[in-house]
Amino acid sequence: MKNGRFFRSTAGVMAGAVLLLVLPFVAAMGGQAWVRILDFAILYVFLALGLNIVVGFAGLLDLGYIAFYAVGAYTWALLASPHFGLHLPIWVILPIGAGLACIAGVLLGSPTLKLRGDYLAIVTLGFGEIVRIFMNNLNAPINITNGPQGITLIDPVAFGSFKFSGTTEIFGLALTGPQKYYYLLIALCVLVVIINLRLQHSRIGRAWQAIREDEVAAKAVGINTRNLKLLAFAMGASFGGVAGGVFSAMQGFVSPESFSLIESIMVLAMVVLGGMGHIPGVILGAVLLSILPEALRYGVGPIQTALFGRLLVDPESLRMLVFGLALVLVMRFRPAGLWPSPERRRELEEAGQ
Amino acid sequence: MSRVLLEAKGVAKHFGGVKALRDVSLSIRQGEIYGLIGPNGAGKTTFFNCMTGLYVPDGGGFTFDGAPLHADAPHQAARRGIARTFQNIRLFGNMTALENVMIGRHVRTGAGVLGAIFQTAATRAEEAAIRQRAIELLHYVRIEDRAGDLAKNLSYGDQRRLEIARALATEPKLLCLDEPAAGMNATETAELRELIEGIRSDGTTILFIEHDVKLVMGLCDRVAVLDYGALVIEDVPAVVQKDQRVIEAYLGA
Amino acid sequence: MDIFFQQIINGLVQGSIYALVALGYTMVYGIMGLINFAHGEVVMIGTLVAITVVGTLVDAGMPVALAGLGGVSASVLVCMALGWSLERVAYRPLRHAPRLTPLITAIGMSIVLQNLAMMIWGRNYLTFPSLLPRLHFELGGTHFTFIQVVIVVVSAATMGGLLLLVYRTRLGMAMRATAQNPAVASLMGVNINRVIAAAFVIGSALAALAGIMVGTYYEIAHYQMGFMLGLKAFTAAVLGGIGNMAGAMLGGVLLGIIEALGAGYIGDLTGGFLGSHYQDIFAFVVLIVVLMFKPSGLFGEKTGDRA
Repeated sequence: MKNGRFFRSTAGVMAGAVLLLVLPFVAAMGGQAWVRILDFAILYVFLALGLNIVVGFAGLLDLGYIAFYAVGAYTWALLASPHFGLHLPIWVILPIGAGLACIAGVLLGSPTLKLRGDYLAIVTLGFGEIVRIFMNNLNAPINITNGPQGITLIDPVAFGSFKFSGTTEIFGLALTGPQKYYYLLIALCVLVVIINLRLQHSRIGRAWQAIREDEVAAKAVGINTRNLKLLAFAMGASFGGVAGGVFSAMQGFVSPESFSLIESIMVLAMVVLGGMGHIPGVILGAVLLSILPEALRYGVGPIQTALFGRLLVDPESLRMLVFGLALVLVMRFRPAGLWPSPERRRELEEAGQ
Repeated sequence: MSRVLLEAKGVAKHFGGVKALRDVSLSIRQGEIYGLIGPNGAGKTTFFNCMTGLYVPDGGGFTFDGAPLHADAPHQAARRGIARTFQNIRLFGNMTALENVMIGRHVRTGAGVLGAIFQTAATRAEEAAIRQRAIELLHYVRIEDRAGDLAKNLSYGDQRRLEIARALATEPKLLCLDEPAAGMNATETAELRELIEGIRSDGTTILFIEHDVKLVMGLCDRVAVLDYGALVIEDVPAVVQKDQRVIEAYLGA
Repeated sequence: MDIFFQQIINGLVQGSIYALVALGYTMVYGIMGLINFAHGEVVMIGTLVAITVVGTLVDAGMPVALAGLGGVSASVLVCMALGWSLERVAYRPLRHAPRLTPLITAIGMSIVLQNLAMMIWGRNYLTFPSLLPRLHFELGGTHFTFIQVVIVVVSAATMGGLLLLVYRTRLGMAMRATAQNPAVASLMGVNINRVIAAAFVIGSALAALAGIMVGTYYEIAHYQMGFMLGLKAFTAAVLGGIGNMAGAMLGGVLLGIIEALGAGYIGDLTGGFLGSHYQDIFAFVVLIVVLMFKPSGLFGEKTGDRA
């Protein structure tokens, strides 16, 4: 019987892997725009899993997560674009970006992690805004970030002479830029999933869970809660930094607009709506919330025209309205998220009685 | 006479105008069972909290195992060898009994992030040892058959036992029990007594706060009585029991 | 020195508005521990409703003063209804849900309200009708307007009334009791549902007033105006110690003044390196610094660990 389950799960993983491999080609049938949407969905999965370490594992409410993403993105943009005339290779920039984001996380976290939940939330939110405001204004008197115009012509990801922009032919298969980035992002995601899983079931992961459950008791058994929270915060920040770097390279353009509070909120919503702390749930949340607005973008206009013969309301606001309603409804009917871990669902059912 | 394990010197703590502890000095010797008693609000739990670093004392301090105890961070107290349980049981409710005890091993183990991510041989060996020790401890407190149950689903008596197992997992030199018999019936109290005696005979010193005077007098080598935050007497049970001030404190005269 | 007093006046005006909005956050938080992210949108709806009603009434030939009164009443009523429905529809079903669930709902409601407003009022800036005469005063070299005086006076009066309500009425007592301990309050016969609904309704009425003040002061309104305002007001509430009403008022005024002074002096302070576009960071920098030293805010109760 155990063998059977092993076979079934192996078969499942294989099927999933094949699906993931062919997905960019299926998406490409609808145009490269869809492959790009897919890329962003995977990038958000990566970001959400990074934030999951902070929120889901350590139980710290971080509303400024996107600031670390911004640090990574701007690091890449400044070190690999004509802005300063620097074109450093990926294995230099990505560690620097992750390192700077990590340092930013430690700098913010060390004085503030002792704050209780909601205070920490507003402090991180404030930090996110501060970072964004600086990026918006650091174009004078010395032009560092180029202000609201942002930085353009950023180098793509490249390993030696292999560039991720433009179309390349591999084994007779023409791969477009977005398709190549897709595989890169999938590889990164597999990595972050493995890290998440292994951490969750380790000494560190157990300690995080203990802190989440009862901080006083955790201290009493000798857990250094401050350091462990800082660890989660710094790890989350580093992942944010890596994601930011890849975002920068993929877009070829960054501006402060991409790092507004709503982005932080979006990533947090992915984690919570999917099922906090539960890795498959977080992945589901990230995929849904990144694809849904895009799908609505393509769907809302035509459906209106089909139903009423003309556009009744602005499709852009209608799509965001539907998105907001979806958040409300999911939380109403699945308060622990769409796909919570079995334990969490049980907790909730018991609490509800 | 065996050596002193924990010494409190002039410990004071106040909350606003309330003096919860006034100049409390006492010493606990290696290997003894030491009882801390007193009426409600006498400052017993406050003393515990000062000692384990949850509160910072306003005056005085502790010496533990030959060195001063800078208990400004609670996790350091555990590292030094002081483990505690809580009056109102504080388990990690949504973790299994086994996991609760495994958490107790945290302070005596060292696997970090990289070890976990790369699943190094050392990390796996340590993880196996943690699990092994946790299972042993569950056996020791006789709740091994509940290992896989969530802590919050355990019966009250089993939760008390689990909390003790979790504390023992930190390899304490001094085990502090905050009213371990509260809410227990006669049978459970007798079993608890047996457990405490067993732990002591394994070499762990025990400090406990208790209301059940009969249990304290029967079990403890020495007893200290607190009243209104001040130490009334510290002596062997036979002397304490006959002390006029203690009788007054308890009768509220 | 002139700039100093001028900025104090400006800060006091902006701060009174923050304080009114902060009260809405703090009342709801104090009673149910929820950050009502949609509160800023209630302010925005208040402003936009006032614009529409005043405009319609003036077009119908009503004198401006009367139309203004109609606009204010309509705006307050609409917001109260909105606050009540928000609680009833979005938050009440989630009262026992995990902590982050209602937060996401609040964010969802914020998105919904913003986009509803955009559908109704469009994406352009709207002009807020001038309801009050534009009089200027000068006192010892410091300039201020009639509108500024009205804003400060009305805010102060409203907050005074609120304090009376909270400390002198049965409803107020019930609110304070619920904030202390909902379970016990409910055992003592307090109708928790009614108390929570009251907190939402009162907070929303204050939000409507604040919205009208913002509109009158800056003379424009926009469907996205509630967001930053709400954020600042929430910051003010945390600064004062969230859950504490006097703290929210003082935090609001303090934040307004700090921002105004910061904007006035940042150029000098940094040798011209940072300009006044950095105004928005003051709120957050001050917040972070204050919380580092006073983890429960300036006037918050100390919530230590308990064993």
